[in-house]
Amino acid sequence: MVEGWAAAMPANAWNWIAVWRRNYLAWKKIAIAAILGNLADPLIYLFALGFGLGIMVGPVDGASYIAFLAAGMVAASAMTSATFETIYAAFGRMHSQRSWEAILCTQLTLGDIILGELAWAATKAFLAGTAIMIVASILGYTAWPSALYALPVVVLTGFAFASLAMVVMALAPSYDYFIFYQTLVLTPMLFLGGAVFPVSHLPSAFQQVGRFLPLAHAVDLLRPALLGRPGESVGLHIGALCVYTVLPFFLSAALLRRRLMP
Amino acid sequence: MSNIAIDLTGVSKSYDDKVVVDGLSFTVAAGECFGLLGPNGAGKSTITRMLLGMAPPDAGKITVLGMPVPARARLARGRIGVVPQFDNLEHAFTVRENLLVFGRYFGMSRSEIEAAIPTLLEFARLESKADARVNTLSGGMKRRLTLARALINDPQLLVLDEPTTGLDPHARHLIWERLRLLLARGKTIILTTHFMEEAERLCDRLCVLDGGRIIAEGRPHALIEEQIGCPVLEIYGGNPRELRALINPYAERIEVSGETVFCYATDPEQVRVQLRGRADLRVLQRPPNLEDVFLRLTGRDMEN
Ligand SMILES: Nc1ncnc2c1ncn2[C@@H]1O[C@H](COP(=O)(O)OP(=O)(O)OP(=O)(O)O)[C@@H](O)[C@H]1O
Ligand SMILES: [Mg+2]
Repeated sequence: MVEGWAAAMPANAWNWIAVWRRNYLAWKKIAIAAILGNLADPLIYLFALGFGLGIMVGPVDGASYIAFLAAGMVAASAMTSATFETIYAAFGRMHSQRSWEAILCTQLTLGDIILGELAWAATKAFLAGTAIMIVASILGYTAWPSALYALPVVVLTGFAFASLAMVVMALAPSYDYFIFYQTLVLTPMLFLGGAVFPVSHLPSAFQQVGRFLPLAHAVDLLRPALLGRPGESVGLHIGALCVYTVLPFFLSAALLRRRLMP
Repeated sequence: MSNIAIDLTGVSKSYDDKVVVDGLSFTVAAGECFGLLGPNGAGKSTITRMLLGMAPPDAGKITVLGMPVPARARLARGRIGVVPQFDNLEHAFTVRENLLVFGRYFGMSRSEIEAAIPTLLEFARLESKADARVNTLSGGMKRRLTLARALINDPQLLVLDEPTTGLDPHARHLIWERLRLLLARGKTIILTTHFMEEAERLCDRLCVLDGGRIIAEGRPHALIEEQIGCPVLEIYGGNPRELRALINPYAERIEVSGETVFCYATDPEQVRVQLRGRADLRVLQRPPNLEDVFLRLTGRDMEN
């Protein structure tokens, strides 16, 4: 059994880079379309909600609604791009394209592949998150230089959601199951995690649940950074995101080992 | 380095209570080409996956290139090249990119890989296709690329799972020629196939599997001699049942596969006499081959 675990864990600290580079090469070929696609959705939300709703709701937590929303959209786009990269693209590489099967015949282990995929998904999250930050900054809705603190948080958020999605992917027999994860987990998280409105407006039972969601931790780190305010319980939020990264990593490794190396 | 490349002792594997590999033992010497034959589901691919540490055995001991597998499978894989049963090339990448990306999985640097690529392309006869995308290649080219990719780490051992399935005769002959070249260079090959001609041409030794067990093992010609040992008449047309009754007294053995009657007879002339004047039949006489061995050993229920 110890042997089995060795196959599911990364063999060393750098093998994963080969997987990351494979994905980077594939992405480079379609980069323009990928970037536009990544940006369009959260920017539409930001402007539609920010300007549309902003007129009605007025300032939120002492900031204009669009500035409040910007942090939420950065977190949400990190969440969705890391998740989608994992459940659609990485699942395809594992399932139909058989790329993982080819890699398992080399010096890489399953753990190296998972780590490489997580790092790649976190990279995509970083690209999506920073793109929105840049637009929000150009429009003057973010505070500098404290917004720079948001960058590592976006990466960590990407890792956490990629890792969670890896568990979902490991369990899913086909693409058809991912819609449940999207509608039953991600969409409610957008609202319960405080991305679009302050959670203090929710009934307290929802607030209690919301506090534990990974997106809430990401938002609580990102919003002060983007608004130029001092963060609260920074260590706790970072710790929680790390837990959301590490535990699902081990769980997905165990599940994928059973699935791919039966 | 010992001269044993692969050693399996009492290896078993079950999936959902179904025994797929059943107490299997065999040895492959370095520099040898060893064939695994057997009907669909016999366990050939499962064995190749076990050699790579991709499927842990339930029981038994596996040693590959002197390393225990799966315990040190990763190390062993560094000196193994693999052609899998199902194509897993990167279809959106070019030929060159496929080799580059794959070389990195072995920890090779870009310059090491680039140095190896021209030789590999030449070997696979893909020089003119270096910058073509994989999804524009023919089936034979894809298979040759997979073979070139398997050689990127300069392996000592090649594990080939049905390397020529789905290829036309030209493409197949080209692969065979390439494989013989590799054998001449001292590589060890373990190969699964459904083509008896392939096994006969390439393999020094082979085993026929059924239900995860070895039912015959040896050199191709020794196996043919031992299992058949007489000329074969293939008879098409007519009713197999009626034909069987007619020629049974003059044949060592009769095998029916689909609508063909295979008649094994030390004196085929006597059988031909029985069939003389039957315009509905086509009779072909030939020396025995590995296909006959395969049919004999695995064809127990071919009749119904
Ligand atoms: N992961 C798995 N889970 C359950 N059963 C499996 C699994 N892998 C293989 N099997 C079963 O094991 C048996 C042997 O399969 P294997 O692929 O090794 O056969 P094979 O000899 O390679 O056949 P083919 O000539 O069709 O490629 C089959 O009955 C197959 O259904
Ligand atoms: Mg097979």
